[in-house]
Amino acid sequence: MTIRKNQASLTADEKKRFVNALLELKRNGTYDTFVTTHNGFIMSDTDSGERVGHRSPSFLPWHRRFLLQFEQALQAVDPSVALPYWDWTTDRDARSSLWAPDFLGGTGRSRDGQVMDGPFASSAGNWNINVRVDGRGYLRRALGASVAQLPTRAEVDSVLAMTTYDTAPWNSASNGFRNHLEGWRGVNLHNRVHVWVGGQMATGTSPNDPVFWMHHAFIDKLWADWQKRHPNSPYLPAAGTPDVVDLHDTMRPWNDVTPADMLDHTRHYTFDTA
Amino acid sequence: MSELTRRRAVGATVGAVAAAAVGAGVARAATAPRPTAPVGRAAHNGHGGHTGHGSLPAFDEVFQGRRIQGAPATGGHHAEHGAGYAVRIDGRELHIMRNADGTWISVVNHYETYADPRALARAAVVELQGAQLVPMV
Repeated sequence: MTIRKNQASLTADEKKRFVNALLELKRNGTYDTFVTTHNGFIMSDTDSGERVGHRSPSFLPWHRRFLLQFEQALQAVDPSVALPYWDWTTDRDARSSLWAPDFLGGTGRSRDGQVMDGPFASSAGNWNINVRVDGRGYLRRALGASVAQLPTRAEVDSVLAMTTYDTAPWNSASNGFRNHLEGWRGVNLHNRVHVWVGGQMATGTSPNDPVFWMHHAFIDKLWADWQKRHPNSPYLPAAGTPDVVDLHDTMRPWNDVTPADMLDHTRHYTFDTA
Repeated sequence: MSELTRRRAVGATVGAVAAAAVGAGVARAATAPRPTAPVGRAAHNGHGGHTGHGSLPAFDEVFQGRRIQGAPATGGHHAEHGAGYAVRIDGRELHIMRNADGTWISVVNHYETYADPRALARAAVVELQGAQLVPMV
């Protein structure tokens, strides 16, 4: 059974295996297909039209399925690998071991935002940015430059306290847990972390930065934490909602999986915490 | 500034190409994972239900050495895509989207909202640090 661990607790060997699996997916072309898929949904999910991956109730089950598919690709390279999660409420600055040269590398240099160390630096030759919105082919970051602070534990707890999963109009204007976690409304959790990292993480092609997976693995864990706190709060909406993925509707691009199928993560993986 | 002029001339054709390339109904299945491709070729699903934003003014200025332009879109790519408004940087179309609360995001600043398309275009210029957008087709 896959156990997803806090990135801060990984051993040197676990970090090395995770990094090596990422590099292999990049080398064989698999990695970039995930970037392309994500960007396609980012650009097509709209508040007033059909919406699946973002700004909608299915933001959470869609990313759970997306991460599962990615984790399975990693495990096809190295069966010992699981997606780590980044708890940005505790590892909340650029000095975190997450950003060390033996893991993700650090922030970008000021001149052009280019990441200069670690396995994903352009200079290492193993991480070309191919799926991109502009001409730059190197990984960029600007940790903490566009927004000063990552969300705090108290801010996370304030969102986990919300009892309703989602509300009409089921988009970026909604009240409820999903939209507050996604960040279009309120204290802003998920969106703010993308902005804090900067570089490609702030764009539609955010999976170009491997931290994307660890950020979303933590968002996914927060969904699981919320379910534990509110066992009687269901996924919403239940049925019959135009442009929105109801509980038993299938989700693109897989077309064979519904939010209902994704509610119980323990069928696929567990977390290192109780 | 002859280079800027040339970019403008190139950019002027981009919108027309995009309009021809985006089919109304065919794009729905196009978001499945596919081999490496520039984002300009990523899926563009059609979607309807958008109202016009005719009250938003056009703009055309040079900001930090880049020409940024915005105007209501009456046809082509953005009319289908939903913003009802098109933004260009040095003639290249910037993918933008309007949120339900009236704020704006772009593919360059996707997780941060801006009050209007001009602020969005200026934020994109800062983010691009001189880089050119990849044409959206």
